[in-house]
Amino acid sequence: MTARRLSYGGRIDRYRTITVEFDGRSFAAHPGDSLASALLAGGQTIFARSFKYHRPRGLMAAGVEEPNALVHLRDGARHEPNAQATMVEVFDGLKATPQNAWPSLRFDIGAVNGMLSRFFGAGFYYKTFIGPFKGTGFWMFCEKFIRSAAGMGQATTLGDPDHYEKINAFCDVLVVGAGPAGIAAALAAGRKGENVILVEQDHSVGGALLSAVPGGVSDVWLKKAESELRDISNVRILTRTTAFGAYDTEVFGLVERSQDHVKAPEVGKPRQRYWLVRSKRAILATGAIERPLVFAGNDVPGVMLASAVRKYLNRYAVLPGDRVLVATNNDSAYVAAIDLAKAGAKVMLCDLRQKGPKSLFARARAAGIDLKLGHGIVKAEGGKNVRGARLIAVDAKGKASGKEISVSCDLIATSGGWAPALHLWSQRFGKPEYHSNLDAFLPPAERGAFTCVGSLVGATSAAESAMQGHTAGGSVGKLDPLPEEDDFWGRGLLPTTVITRANGTTPGKAFVDFQHDVKLADIDQAHMEGYVSVEHLKRYTTLGMAADQGKTSNLNALTRMASLRGVDVPNVGATTFRPPYTPVTIGAIVGNDHGLHFQPTRLSTIHDWHMENGAETIEAGAWLRPWYYPAKGETLRDSYIREAAHVREHVGIVDVSTLGKIAVQGPDAAEFLNRVYTNGFKTLPVGRLRYGVMLREDGFVLDDGATARLGENDYFMSTTTANAAKVLAGAELLLQAAWRDLKVHVTTVTDQWAAIAIAGPKSRAVLADLTGADLSKEALPNNHFTNVVVDAVPCRLHRMSYSGELAYEIYIPAKSGLKVWEALIKAGVPYKLKPYGTEAMGALRIEKGHVAGSEIEGRTTMKDLGLEGFASSKKAFIGSVLRRRPLLEDPDRPSLVGLEIVGDVGAKAGSLLFAMNVPKKGHGEGWVSSATYSPALKKNIALALLSRGPQRFGETIEVVDFVGNQTLQARVVLHHFFDPEGHRQNG
Amino acid sequence: MLRIHCPVCGWRDETEFTYGADATVRRPDVNNVDPKVWLDYVFMRDNPRGPHKEYWHHVTGCRQWVVVERDTLTHEISGSYLAREVVG
Ligand SMILES: [Zn+2]
Repeated sequence: MTARRLSYGGRIDRYRTITVEFDGRSFAAHPGDSLASALLAGGQTIFARSFKYHRPRGLMAAGVEEPNALVHLRDGARHEPNAQATMVEVFDGLKATPQNAWPSLRFDIGAVNGMLSRFFGAGFYYKTFIGPFKGTGFWMFCEKFIRSAAGMGQATTLGDPDHYEKINAFCDVLVVGAGPAGIAAALAAGRKGENVILVEQDHSVGGALLSAVPGGVSDVWLKKAESELRDISNVRILTRTTAFGAYDTEVFGLVERSQDHVKAPEVGKPRQRYWLVRSKRAILATGAIERPLVFAGNDVPGVMLASAVRKYLNRYAVLPGDRVLVATNNDSAYVAAIDLAKAGAKVMLCDLRQKGPKSLFARARAAGIDLKLGHGIVKAEGGKNVRGARLIAVDAKGKASGKEISVSCDLIATSGGWAPALHLWSQRFGKPEYHSNLDAFLPPAERGAFTCVGSLVGATSAAESAMQGHTAGGSVGKLDPLPEEDDFWGRGLLPTTVITRANGTTPGKAFVDFQHDVKLADIDQAHMEGYVSVEHLKRYTTLGMAADQGKTSNLNALTRMASLRGVDVPNVGATTFRPPYTPVTIGAIVGNDHGLHFQPTRLSTIHDWHMENGAETIEAGAWLRPWYYPAKGETLRDSYIREAAHVREHVGIVDVSTLGKIAVQGPDAAEFLNRVYTNGFKTLPVGRLRYGVMLREDGFVLDDGATARLGENDYFMSTTTANAAKVLAGAELLLQAAWRDLKVHVTTVTDQWAAIAIAGPKSRAVLADLTGADLSKEALPNNHFTNVVVDAVPCRLHRMSYSGELAYEIYIPAKSGLKVWEALIKAGVPYKLKPYGTEAMGALRIEKGHVAGSEIEGRTTMKDLGLEGFASSKKAFIGSVLRRRPLLEDPDRPSLVGLEIVGDVGAKAGSLLFAMNVPKKGHGEGWVSSATYSPALKKNIALALLSRGPQRFGETIEVVDFVGNQTLQARVVLHHFFDPEGHRQNG
Repeated sequence: MLRIHCPVCGWRDETEFTYGADATVRRPDVNNVDPKVWLDYVFMRDNPRGPHKEYWHHVTGCRQWVVVERDTLTHEISGSYLAREVVG
C-alpha cells in the first residue's frame, strides 16, 4: 500500500497545513481531513492491533462503521480511548496514540495469541469453565493474562476537565442524516413552514455527495440546497451531531460534539451537548453501510471498502494505492474503480457476477480497467500490507471452482452490497424485513410517525434518494435534479459475500467481525456445536457485540449461518439494535447532574444557624440535617452522648422541619383519617393531637406520626421525614381513585412550616418565658396543642414527646423559623438550653423504645413492633384484613425487644441474634435494628427484633456481626428502657 | 422515554410521572372482611400483552392520578383521563 496525497482535488483546505501526531510521528494535515485521511496520506498503514489476536490492522472504512482504526486521543485528563480515526476531525496539535499494542504497532508481542487461536475460538469464555480445564481455577490463572492481552483502549482515571450541557428541544420534523435524501426532506418540510431539525454526524452536510468527484453537478446541487436551508428560519441544522437513540413517542437522544474538533473547548463552551428532542414525526435518511466481502486475509492492511477508497480519493485527495484490485458483487464499486483509474491507478476489477450492465462494463473498460467477470478473491496475500491476491472462478450461485490465479496489487477495495443503517428504526420498532434483491434488511418506508428514505430503504442513487426525501418532506417547492449516473448502491447484486475454496474452506483466517476478531471458522464452529439462532450465535462468538455493534459484520454472519443451515436469511433471524448507535461519552449523559447538582439539597430555614454554630450535617433523603454540634475536640460519640444527657438533665432543641406535613381538609377529613390510621380518629376533638400508625394495603406498617385537629374540617398530619412523599401520593390515589365520595383535600405543607422540638425538664419553663402562655399540666396536657405568639410570629405549640422527656413541638411559618429558633436560644440561656442533632435524637428515642425507620422498614407488622394496641378492632382501616394473615400472626416472628449489651463495646445495627451455645450459622433468630450508647442507663443498648422476643426477657443471647467479625453478649429486656411508665413526658 | 398526556397539563415527559399500578383493579369496599377479596386486590394482577390501563401519577406536575391506556407491546398510548373521572 503506497498511499499518497494528490496535488489536486479533495474537499480539504490546502492553503493551511497543520500538524497531527500519531504513535510519536508527525503528519502534515489540512483542515477538512479526518485523522484517518491525514495518517493515510502520510503513509501510515497499520492503525491498530486487533482485539484478540493482535493482528496488524489498517483502515477498512472512512466513516462511522470503521471497526479497526480505534486510537487513544489526546492525553492527560482529556485522554479518550476507542476514538475512531475515521471520525476524528483534525486540528493543529492533535495527538493520538495506538491502543492494544505492546511494545509497538509494528511489533506486537501479543500477536502470539494468533498462534493460540485454537483456544480463543467461539465460546472460549464458556469452555474455560467446563473441561478440559474443569473449574474456575484455570480461569483465574488465565484471566489476568487474557484481560491484559484482549481489550480495547484504556480510560483515564483523571477527572474530566470539561463540562457538558443538556438541551431539551421540540420540533415538528426531525430529519436524521443530511445526505441527498435528508437535505431534500428538510427543504420540503422547511418550505412548508414546519419546525425542522436536521441532524448530521459529519461536520459538513452532503453525505454520500461528499464522496463524489469535486466540482461536479452534485456539488452545485449541494451548495444551492444548503444555502436555501440555512436561510429558512424554521430549519435548524445540527452538524457534528449523532442521533444515537430513538425512543417511544418520537423522543430522540442526540449528542452534539460541539468542541471535539478543537484542541480544548473554548472557555465557557461545553465540550458536548446532549439533546433530548421531542418531535411530531421523524424522517430517517441514515443511509447504508457497505458490506465487506469475506475471504482469507481480508483483514490485511490495505483491504478496504470500495466506498471508503472512493471517499479517501475524492473527499480527501488521498490515493490509497497505485495497483488496485477492486472486488464486488454489485454495480456500486465500478464508480470507485473508474475514479481510481482516472486518478492514475492501475485497476483490476473482479466481479463475482458473470453478467452485468454492458454500459457500465464499457465505461470501466474505457477507463482502462482490467475487468475480470465471474471471479472472486479467495485470499489476500501479505502480512503488514497487501502484496497481492489469489482469485478464483465463481459460478452464478457463488460457488468457486477451478484454479486459483495470483495477481499483484497494493490495495484491495471490496463491495459486498449495502446494509441499510436502520439502527434507529430498529431501536424503535424491532425486526425489519429481509429483501432478497438487495440481500439486506430494510425498514418499511412508513411506520407510525416514521418515514424512511434514501439508501436506508434501498434507493440505489442520489437522485432517487433526493426524490424520496422531497416527497417525505411534503413535496413543497421544486426539487433540483441530481445526475442519475453516479451511484449504483447495491444495483444488480449477486448475494454472495463469502468466498471459499470449492471445498468450503478458506486458505487462512477470514474475518467477519473485525472489531471482536470473530472469524468465519468461529461461525462454522458455532453451527457445528448446534447454535441455530442468531441471538445465541452473537453471545457465543461475541460477534456484533463490540463497540461498533456489528455495523459491518451482522449481515455477513447471518448469511453464513443461513447457508450453513440451508435456510433463507430471514429464518436465521435479524439482530435488533439498542441505543446508542455510536458510543456516547458518559460526560454527555451526565451533563451537569453530578456532585451537588445531582439532586436539589433540601435545607430547613434554620440551616444557616446550624452551620454558623459548628454543626456537622448528615443527609436524610434530599435533606441535609444537623447531625451533632461538636464542642472543641469532640468526636461524634462524645457529642451525642453529651447532647442526649443534657436534654434529660436540662433542656435541648432540635430542628425537625424535615418532618412531612400534610394538610387534610374537608367535611370528610375525619372519616378519611379514620380509614388510613389503624387507631380511631373520629373522636379526636379540636385542639388535640393523636399519635397514629398507618399500614400498607398488605398489612405491614407504613409510617407513624401525629395528627392535630386544627378545626372542624381541618387537620394537620405529620409523617416521618422519609415517608412524606409516599404517604401523600398514597392518600391522593385513595381520594382520586377509590374514595371519590369523600370530600377531602390533601396538600403538602412540609415546606410551609418550620418545626422545632423542645425537650427536657426545663422545656416548659423556657416556653412559658418565651410565649407568656399558661403551659401548666392542666392548661396544656400531653397530646394537646395551643396557639402562641413568639416575637410577633404566630406559632402552634404541640405538646408531645419523642424523647420521653417533657417535650413540645413548635410549628412556625417557614420564613420565621430562624427567628423563633434564635428566640428560643435566647430565652433558654437561664435554663442552659442547648441545640442537639439527629444522633442525640436517635439515642433518646432508642432509650425510650420508640420505633423509627430502622424498625418500620417494610417487613414488620404492628404486632412485631409492639404497636398492636394502636389497632382498632371496631373499624376497618387500610391493611386491617391482610395484617391478620396467618403467617403474619405466627408467634415465632421476630418482635421488638430491647437489648442491654454486656461489656463496653456497643452492638452494630444489622448484627444477627443467636441463642447461647448454638452454632453461629444461618440467619439466626433475629437482628439488631438500632443501637446506641445510653447516657441515661450508662450502658450500650439496642433495639432488636427477636423471635418470640417478649417471652425471652432476662435471657442472655449472642449478638453476632459477621461483617465486622464481632460477637457480643446481651440481655433481652423490654424495649422501653427509660421511664417506661411515662412519668416524665406526662409530668 | 414516553410522552404522556396529562388531562390537566397536556403532553409531558414520563420523568414527571411515577408509575402507579394496574388501573383496572378496583379497591374493595372499606368494610369488606373477606381475606380472599383483599389478597386478589393487593397481589393478583394480569400481565396483558397488548392494551392495558395503568395509573400514572403526575407527581411533579398537577399531582393528579391519570389512567393511561398503553399498549404493553408497542408502548403506544391510546388515551388518558383522570382517575377521578373513571366511571364505575
Ligand atoms: Zn398534570
